[in-house]
Amino acid sequence: MALFKPYADIPGTTVFDADMARKGYHLNQFCMSLMKEENRQRFRADERAYVDEWPMTEAQKQAVLDRDYTRMIANGGNVYFLSKLFASDGKTFVHAAASMTGMPEDEYKEMMLRGGRSPEGNRYIGEKK
Amino acid sequence: MARITAGVTTSHIPLIGRVIDTGETETPYWKPVFDGYDFTKRWIEKEQPDVVFLVYNDHATAFDMRMIPTFAIGCAEEFPPADEGYGPRPVPVVEGAPELAWHIAQSVIEQDFDLTIINEMAVDHGLTVPLSLVFGQPDAWPCRIIPFPVNVVVYPVPSGRRCFKLGKAIRTAIESFDEDLNVQVWGTGGMSHQLQGTRAGLINQEWDKRFLDRLADNPEELAEIPHVEYIREAGSEGIELVMWLIMRGALGDKVKELHRHYHVPASNTAVGHMVLEAVD
Ligand SMILES: [Fe+2]
Repeated sequence: MALFKPYADIPGTTVFDADMARKGYHLNQFCMSLMKEENRQRFRADERAYVDEWPMTEAQKQAVLDRDYTRMIANGGNVYFLSKLFASDGKTFVHAAASMTGMPEDEYKEMMLRGGRSPEGNRYIGEKK
Repeated sequence: MARITAGVTTSHIPLIGRVIDTGETETPYWKPVFDGYDFTKRWIEKEQPDVVFLVYNDHATAFDMRMIPTFAIGCAEEFPPADEGYGPRPVPVVEGAPELAWHIAQSVIEQDFDLTIINEMAVDHGLTVPLSLVFGQPDAWPCRIIPFPVNVVVYPVPSGRRCFKLGKAIRTAIESFDEDLNVQVWGTGGMSHQLQGTRAGLINQEWDKRFLDRLADNPEELAEIPHVEYIREAGSEGIELVMWLIMRGALGDKVKELHRHYHVPASNTAVGHMVLEAVD
């Protein structure tokens, strides 16, 4: 029996469930490795060589090299693990979150100051805004 | 006997830790966030708890994908602040309460909740930011702390109902400990926030406020909220709020609301903070 996913109809949201956790295992463990300074240095020195040490898919590796957080999430990344990657780039959660919405960072910050993204029209896929 | 005297809920946003550590709490952006904790700082100075049982979640720091305990209890003598990629926060080492922690582990497991026992662990912003918000920047934390990490990152995560019942079991455990201790239970995380996807930045003030409204007097209703409602209404990371229900379950049937604070935004998140006194 397939896993029950009552959240599948929520727009713009990837729930880090069993399927995603399985898919993203090596990507997330790669991110964890960046908690260590020596690994951060080796990664910075040659990103391609460093990601090649991990049994990730090519799509995962390319998403990392491109810093494409949307693709990393789609390939099983979890934002708390990905935070080790953007932290080692000196970037914040706001930067990463904004990049996934497609908004420029200052526009995203402006939206947060105005009270954040409204749930109206954002609860169900296909819902009228 | 040990008594549970009060409960505190608070957000544990990592950026708040950095703002405290770098002394930027008085800026126009941050001041309203911190002002909401003034009451609590004065209150806790009078209360002087001996032990805080602190429910939080680890954010891929002490636990990675290799091992994912649903509920875990820190039984060590001490817990160092973790290096989360920027170097460890300049905060005191957390002193544990091993005797009480082991007592709770035994009692709660005998009440059919399976806890993971932890004897060595670094603690991340989920635990240290609430301490900084309430105690400020002392040379040593003024009480002992039992860290209680809950998995709310990797699904399946525990239900609100399970968390609420676990809180009740924790109450039974603490109240059967022989030493005369003033114990507080804190539930951290939340409120509405989403850190990923095109829906990132979601904040639902109305839903958050209804959650706050029911925490004191109607927690059974909150315990019925299914995961999908948290995700849909409070954002994918809003699920952290189930941890507040562990705190609420531990406080017993009747509580008195002493303080409430709600502010949007802090970084990507709605800050919610409450102080509840145990009445019976
Ligand atoms: Fe958190």
